[in-house]
Amino acid sequence: MDLVAAIGLQLAYVIANLALISLGLAIIFGMMRVINLAHGEFLMLGGYTVVVSTNAGVNIWVAMLILAPLVVGIIGVIVERLLIRWLYGRMVDTLLATWGLSLLLVGLVTSIFGASTGTTVAPPLGAIKIGTYSASGYELFLILITVLLLFLVWLTLRFTKLGLLARGTMQNAEMAASLGVSTSRIYMITFGLGAAVSGLAGGLLAPMTGVLPTIGATYIAKAFITVISGGSAILAGTAAGSVLLGGLNGIFSFVAGSTFGEIALLIAAIVLLRLMPRGITGRFFRKSL
Amino acid sequence: MTFSRRSFLAGSSALALSAVPVIGRAQSDSIIFASILDLSGGLDIYGTAMADATALAIDDINAAGGLMGKQVTLKMYDAQSNIQFYTQYATQAAAGDRAATVHGGITSASREAIRPTLARFKTMYFYNTQYEGGVCDFNNFCTGSTPAQTVAKVVPYAMNKWGKKAYIIAADYNYGQIIAQWVERFVKEQGGEAVAVEFFPLDVTNFGPTINKIQQAKPDMVFSALVGGAHVSFYRQYAAAGMMKEIPIASTTFGIGNEHKLISAEEGNGLLAAYSYFEGVQNPENAAFLARMDAKFGDKRATMNELTVRSYEGAMLWAEAVKLAGSTDHAAVSAALKSGLVYNGPSGPITIDPQTNHAIQNVVLGELKDQEFNIVESFAAQPPADTQLVCDLKANPTLSTFYFENGLAAAGIK
Repeated sequence: MDLVAAIGLQLAYVIANLALISLGLAIIFGMMRVINLAHGEFLMLGGYTVVVSTNAGVNIWVAMLILAPLVVGIIGVIVERLLIRWLYGRMVDTLLATWGLSLLLVGLVTSIFGASTGTTVAPPLGAIKIGTYSASGYELFLILITVLLLFLVWLTLRFTKLGLLARGTMQNAEMAASLGVSTSRIYMITFGLGAAVSGLAGGLLAPMTGVLPTIGATYIAKAFITVISGGSAILAGTAAGSVLLGGLNGIFSFVAGSTFGEIALLIAAIVLLRLMPRGITGRFFRKSL
Repeated sequence: MTFSRRSFLAGSSALALSAVPVIGRAQSDSIIFASILDLSGGLDIYGTAMADATALAIDDINAAGGLMGKQVTLKMYDAQSNIQFYTQYATQAAAGDRAATVHGGITSASREAIRPTLARFKTMYFYNTQYEGGVCDFNNFCTGSTPAQTVAKVVPYAMNKWGKKAYIIAADYNYGQIIAQWVERFVKEQGGEAVAVEFFPLDVTNFGPTINKIQQAKPDMVFSALVGGAHVSFYRQYAAAGMMKEIPIASTTFGIGNEHKLISAEEGNGLLAAYSYFEGVQNPENAAFLARMDAKFGDKRATMNELTVRSYEGAMLWAEAVKLAGSTDHAAVSAALKSGLVYNGPSGPITIDPQTNHAIQNVVLGELKDQEFNIVESFAAQPPADTQLVCDLKANPTLSTFYFENGLAAAGIK
């Protein structure tokens, strides 16, 4: 029984982890159709924000929950103004531009902080006991905050004026513009929000995975696979993609080891996209966000 | 004058041929020392510090008057954690630069990519990384420690301290696969049992399912041979689950990427590892070495470990052999290295075992305490007993193989 609970918690964490690293990309790629290959680096920058600010004496919660999204959000806005706004509607060009950006960011961070950083941010919560098993309390916190974050993004998109304008602009920018919406501003804000969510995710994961300039590479593929498998509805898609792929990854990792966990995730994505080329939300939950 | 294709080809090829000795002369003013390491990409956590140490070695050689009256020029190649670049740069160093020697390679995969190339060009190759043993190559000097030197010391110590049951986790490529077999073998020799062996691709960052499995298996210790930046996550997540106090860890890789500086003191305390060097080694050469590293790199100097120190010592050992031979000629330098030449480096005396081209070296066993390895036991002049089981370059001086490629059983070691 304890084992079932411990594995259940672990599965929930694998799923939440996948949703957390994918959500920012879902906004930027799923909604705005910008193939953001620098997504992993946004996560990495969030992690570095936490490391640098905690080393400077900032409370770790403030660093993770406020500074990381703020800093990366601002970087996102700058990137959008300088680079992305010239490339809307040109998906392949955004791919090249953001790939270049990703290399630049890795190089910049490496030259500032070195190849490996002396990071000593430990998870700020202790272990919790489940019978004879123990798990990290911080993992439980990450699961809860991922659910909360999905809920917040849903509230913003569904019930705020900004959410309405953003959805309208992404569906038909010309129509939105002719109705008096400043689409350029909406693009900028949406990109900034996507970057901020990525920054928050990177900051939250920093105590669990550590931070390296190249850590983004370990996230980027999984994030894209999750968002693409999820399909056009970004929230329901990301959630459904994470549950399916993360669940399989977790189960196979436990039964047969990590190598098979990764294989299961990839095979599931391939089969899924063969059967449902438009992703899960191309067939189910089509009316959802 | 008529100008045919034939005469043009004849003329231009004569020109090309006559140009070659000129290039050769231009290069002979200095001796080229090539280094191929990963200075970017995921393996740079090892490579950058190794490159710094190599640069210091070349500085020291030149400061002492160079070799045979010539300066040594360092050609540094960044393989970018990409095996393809290793092959390309090895060819360039050997055929293009006419390097007197090539040092480098970090992962066993990168070593196996360049070893055959350098053997074909007869460009002397130094692999200065601790690894799984088994290379038997007339052209390749492996100065890093091997399992019989290090793992064979950690296992009995850990089992005496903690118990008989080990859970082995390792990186999923040739190093991890083979080292896991060594750990299993040493554990069995001590009357213990490996309850599980598990491998991880290099980009795995979530170790939750494994931590559950370890809790379920209840071993007395975890033996880790995880590699690279992403795998550092394991130690953090293990500590976050409160496991460090429950089931302790011994490792064959922890520390060579300065992982103990990446995780906090309480996350790492009690971990055991054995290498041929920790910064705390007490001898005048080490004190002088650390002072020179400080002078050259200041605050940017990384914590020294076996990989970095051996990159320095490997270069110095080669230089000592060139001095003894009075030549950079392959056969002469090789004979000098195998003559029992001793180089006294920061880690202590190093000699080359002529049977295997591996180093006979000191080994130290360390326990992690507050982000420092405290040396708990030292072993002098350890031979590469693992590779000696399969390799005899005295009997077959032209061998160029890697015996453990398909595991220990395939090499006839049970």
